Amino acid sequence: MLVYVIRRVALALVTLLLLSLIIFAIANVLPQNVGRAILGPFAAPEAVAELNRQLGTDQPLVNQYLRLLKGIVTFDFGTSYQTGQPVRDVVTTTLVNSSKLAVLALLLTIPLGLVGGVFAALRKGRLADRVIVTLGLAGSAIPEFVTSTFLIFLLGLKLNVLPVLATWPEGSGVGTQIYYLLLPALSLVLVYFGYIARMARAGTISALESDYTRTATMKGMSRAAVLRRHVLRNALLPTISVIATQTGYLFGGLLAVELIFNVNGLGRLMVTAAKAKDLPVLSAGVLVIGVIYMVATLLADLLISWLNPRIRLGATS
Amino acid sequence: MTSTPNSPGRGGDPVGDPVENPVTHTHDLTEPTVAETVHGVIDSALDEQVPVPAGPPVSAAAAALTARKAARRETFRLLLRRPEFVIGTLIVAFWVACAIGGRALAPKDPFTGDPFQTHASPGSEYWLGTDRLGRDVLSRVISGARDVLLVAPISAVIGVAVGTILGLVMGYFRGPTDDILSRIVEAFLSLPVAVVGLLALVVLGPSNWTVIGVVGLLFAPIVARTVRAAVLSERELDYVQAARLQGESAPYIMFREILPNVTGPIIVELTVRIGYAIFTIATLSFLGVGIQPPSPDWGLMISEEYSQIINGYWWPVVYPSLAIASLVIAVNLIADSLQGVLSR
Amino acid sequence: MTDSSEQSNRIPAALEVEDLKVDFLVRGIPRRVLRGVSFTVAPGESYGLVGESGCGKSTTAYAALGLLAENGRVAGGRAAIAGREVTSLSTEDLQKVRRDDVSMVYQDPGAALNPTLRIGVQVAECFTLLGASKAEAVERAYEALRRVRISDPRGVMERYPHQLSGGMQQRVVIAMALANDPKLLVLDEPTTGLDATVEAEVLDLVESLRADTGAAVLLIAHNLGVIRRMCDRVGVMYAGSVVEQGAAAEVFDNPSHPYTVGLLRALPRHGARKAHRRLETIPGFLPQIGEELPACVFVERCPLATEICRSTVPPVVEVGTGGGGFVRCHHTDRVPGLRAVAAASGDGSASGASGEPILQLRDVNVTFRQNRKEIHALVGIELDLRGGETLGLVGESGSGKTTLAKAILGIQPADPGSQVILDGTALEPSTKDRSQLARRAIQIVFQNPDSALNRGHSVRSILGRALAKLAGITGVDAEQHLDQLITHVRLTPRHLDLKPRQLSGGLKQRVAIGRAFAGGPRIVVCDEPTSALDVSVQAAILNLLADLQRNERSSYVFISHDLGVVRYLSDRIAVLYLGRLMEVGPAEVVFNGPHHPYTEALLSAVPSVDGAPESRIRLEGEVPSAANPPSGCVFQTRCPRKLGDICESTAPPLVEVEPGHQMACHIPIEQLRALQLAEPGAA
Repeated sequence: MLVYVIRRVALALVTLLLLSLIIFAIANVLPQNVGRAILGPFAAPEAVAELNRQLGTDQPLVNQYLRLLKGIVTFDFGTSYQTGQPVRDVVTTTLVNSSKLAVLALLLTIPLGLVGGVFAALRKGRLADRVIVTLGLAGSAIPEFVTSTFLIFLLGLKLNVLPVLATWPEGSGVGTQIYYLLLPALSLVLVYFGYIARMARAGTISALESDYTRTATMKGMSRAAVLRRHVLRNALLPTISVIATQTGYLFGGLLAVELIFNVNGLGRLMVTAAKAKDLPVLSAGVLVIGVIYMVATLLADLLISWLNPRIRLGATS
Repeated sequence: MTSTPNSPGRGGDPVGDPVENPVTHTHDLTEPTVAETVHGVIDSALDEQVPVPAGPPVSAAAAALTARKAARRETFRLLLRRPEFVIGTLIVAFWVACAIGGRALAPKDPFTGDPFQTHASPGSEYWLGTDRLGRDVLSRVISGARDVLLVAPISAVIGVAVGTILGLVMGYFRGPTDDILSRIVEAFLSLPVAVVGLLALVVLGPSNWTVIGVVGLLFAPIVARTVRAAVLSERELDYVQAARLQGESAPYIMFREILPNVTGPIIVELTVRIGYAIFTIATLSFLGVGIQPPSPDWGLMISEEYSQIINGYWWPVVYPSLAIASLVIAVNLIADSLQGVLSR
Repeated sequence: MTDSSEQSNRIPAALEVEDLKVDFLVRGIPRRVLRGVSFTVAPGESYGLVGESGCGKSTTAYAALGLLAENGRVAGGRAAIAGREVTSLSTEDLQKVRRDDVSMVYQDPGAALNPTLRIGVQVAECFTLLGASKAEAVERAYEALRRVRISDPRGVMERYPHQLSGGMQQRVVIAMALANDPKLLVLDEPTTGLDATVEAEVLDLVESLRADTGAAVLLIAHNLGVIRRMCDRVGVMYAGSVVEQGAAAEVFDNPSHPYTVGLLRALPRHGARKAHRRLETIPGFLPQIGEELPACVFVERCPLATEICRSTVPPVVEVGTGGGGFVRCHHTDRVPGLRAVAAASGDGSASGASGEPILQLRDVNVTFRQNRKEIHALVGIELDLRGGETLGLVGESGSGKTTLAKAILGIQPADPGSQVILDGTALEPSTKDRSQLARRAIQIVFQNPDSALNRGHSVRSILGRALAKLAGITGVDAEQHLDQLITHVRLTPRHLDLKPRQLSGGLKQRVAIGRAFAGGPRIVVCDEPTSALDVSVQAAILNLLADLQRNERSSYVFISHDLGVVRYLSDRIAVLYLGRLMEVGPAEVVFNGPHHPYTEALLSAVPSVDGAPESRIRLEGEVPSAANPPSGCVFQTRCPRKLGDICESTAPPLVEVEPGHQMACHIPIEQLRALQLAEPGAA
């Protein structure tokens, strides 16, 4: 088990390294004069050179990448081209708000997805199953911003039950914040419910059809006991990794959702940075989202290995 | 098994293989296929002990052709029996017609508006209303199909082509090649396509061609992972050993022996990728780095108008939203049916 | 219909199946799988169901237990366990019957145990269901595991299924099955995935527990020997019907149905050899699932069939001396004639093993590395293969048979220093470094033709490509050679344009054999070529291999776990244990003895379809790990004839104990001969 944990963490570090390399490579795929881009075409060449020196963008690419790596370790991503603020500060402030939204969405999606999936599996082929599967399929196929417009139209405009902008008054309590975040969270729920439900359903079906379930049935157990003791644990193990990957992708979905609902979060920050070609902020945002995915999958793998005796105790002696 | 069509996440592809076998344990019998029934007819005349009797008056080639045709017709028949496939195909056909017909089908000019008719409500003159510049929403929704239906499939094809080659190489060679490529693929998978696409398009500058290139290349690792999994299980089969013992080269084994047997997952993957390409490109356009104005692209329309929705001007947003939703759901319905039929 | 039925008036039969019909829905269309199955298992009796794949034997059991898959349904008839009608019970009552009266053991014990629960929990659960308290249940679970002769029950209870070997897992499943002291124990192919030595142990266990508990047994198996050994009575199934039933000894020694006769004649028995006779085959093919069949299900393949067989359902004719024996046939009077037909074919010429060895293995070692540990899969193998001879490789799983075959082929390169010498020239260890000429010389027939043939290619392209690559034949000549090739493996031009999935198992294996023979190989490795096939098909493939060898003068390296099959085809036998050669010698000598103690144990483990008296030699324990082999003689930990210290300290060399017969054992051959004559092994 310890060997597995060490190996898995080491792999995650390698992924992190590659991740930073990919982001750096994309950000520098075209040769560019950053100073010129910021100061505009009419600035004096001396001023441009001076700015490039300050930003370090006159250095060879290798040095620039090493600086980025150092930045990851020291949590220092330079300054925003746009505002001149340290990137670290803007990212952390917005990340807090994004996390509130993400956590709320996950707290709603995970139980719904699990219950929905298991329920569909038990009703396999019947109406309830088809409804859940089709809803999940439709929900997860539609982009977040489209789902958001539907919800705004329906719950915000027509029924007028929820605020359509997530701009809660300064100093609001948790309850109020949740109230304001409910609509954006719901549009994320609609999208991510399908993945979790589908995996939970598939896992449950395969566990129901397994030989060990038949063994339990032949012991004379009631169906409820068979489900509780033998099916669920095996069924939901694979769902854990889906939840982890969806957590990562959910942060990606924040881009559009935060823009629409005007959440002061990481996603909106990145879109603004994109419009201003503020690459340090944008790259840092991409890196953070990649790291969130990486950490989520790492935790999921460790959890699975702990729950699954086959990994925890190694293969056949 | 292949990845399921609707498992793939936000442009990523996180879900493993939901195991779902349509035939539950049928104990000691297996489901006979039509093709096997065909063999029954051909075989039962053959007795291994007796010298082979003269064949039936059907030539060998004809018999094979019939068998192959029968198999293909059977696949198609099974697809047609799924209502979701039929519905999906009809919807996609409708939008393809709009994309091709475009200007001819649109009742009004989608590009120039009537400055005195801004944000007109849906009515007899403008069935779906007008936008903030007084342009007809119906005409824009109809002609908005073109760009996305051009850009999305091309990027999906690029992604599947590159991903297939990558996946074949990873799965076939395994060892260090696979280890290194797998790490890189894993790193790519940790970034949602829309997020890293945003970065890339900011750097490269948005245009239809950069969108195609970026989305295509970002899909490649996702496809590669699916293909790799299929190749890995295929590689365990003895025919690959047999080919090696016959002295076949690695490219021959990859492309002539293994590739034909993983076309099922690849076709499904292509359909799924088209769905996600539409998804991703709409999102990128909404974020301002995808398809560019003055195109009446749906994502672009929504991005131009969504802030007006709280003022009650919902129609320039909701109708293109419905268009996107119907198209992606339709493509996913097709992918789901293909998956169900091809992975039998 | 006398004793047992009178008895059943007082105590209900353990299992009574009457005119049971089962359909499976395939794409919405019901397909008949059971066509009216009837039989009765009396209390305490052991009843066996035999038949080839798809005959419905497992379906019968599952239907009787109410465990049919979702697409299956009982379309008629009834089944009762201990007097309770399963087919019409409520869910709760069915649950009660399963809890109290009946248990089941499956083919794959690994899958039958929940991978995420400890063994102790899973076994104890049976007892809590029966009303025991938690603590009591754990104690009784301990007892139950001891009863199935698990040596360290406390330790095993703390383990998870994947930490146990297949044999151990099956014991745990049996322990759970016996927890409720069932009136009926259903065993569905309980030993199919296990080695013969482990199979023997498990069967011994079931036999003794049955004697203790008095449970009736329904045993389902395709292996006729297992049924003969374990069962009082037997039902022979074909295409969803019981075609013959009777006392096991009578059915196997005096079969009354043409199908049973054919099945038994297709087996290589009584030490049959390829030089003496061809094997009998049953012409035609097993019917498709749900196929419409004539009045008699066997008519298409029956040598006795007449018009009446197609039009009229055959009568149930009582046969045998015991009660309840019957056969469904119009022509029972003519069956004895069928039994008497001598197998006249086979030219009787001795095999052409002759002259110089064409393949020599010198000090062949294969070492795997796993977690920085070295696993010696093969150690110092020295073997010769002569032109035109068949060398049989036998041993339990993990003995290195397949690794040896792969080393010869170059799929699993041997360690540096090992020599694989073909016609006096040392070959490169890996096939990718060998010349095309060397590749062409050594080819293989795999166990599973579904895996060995590319399902994306037609037979024509598979064989055509093999001809092009291995024989260098392309262009105009190709067509003609292709025709020759398929004629040799008895396929017809009609098969050329079909894909493998359109062929039956036997035909697929012919294509695979054709591919191996395309380049006129010197040596063909046959790795369990018939174990995926049914008995009637196996016979035809063995005949084909024997014919090809005679005509093409190829040498075979033949691997099989079925000793009857090995004996039929082999000229010489090499016995492997833990990657080492234990014994090498002419087939007859190895089979007749004196044997190496390991060979002796292997032979005595095989249940004989002839009901021959078995020796009671059983191997204790598991095959040791190859990563950590025992000191001295690797077999000493399980050897029933172990001498003492010398076996633990010194590995016996492989020496020639009599002309052509090599053995690695410290016991002198004369002493072995004396010991084995005193307690005759299975000859």
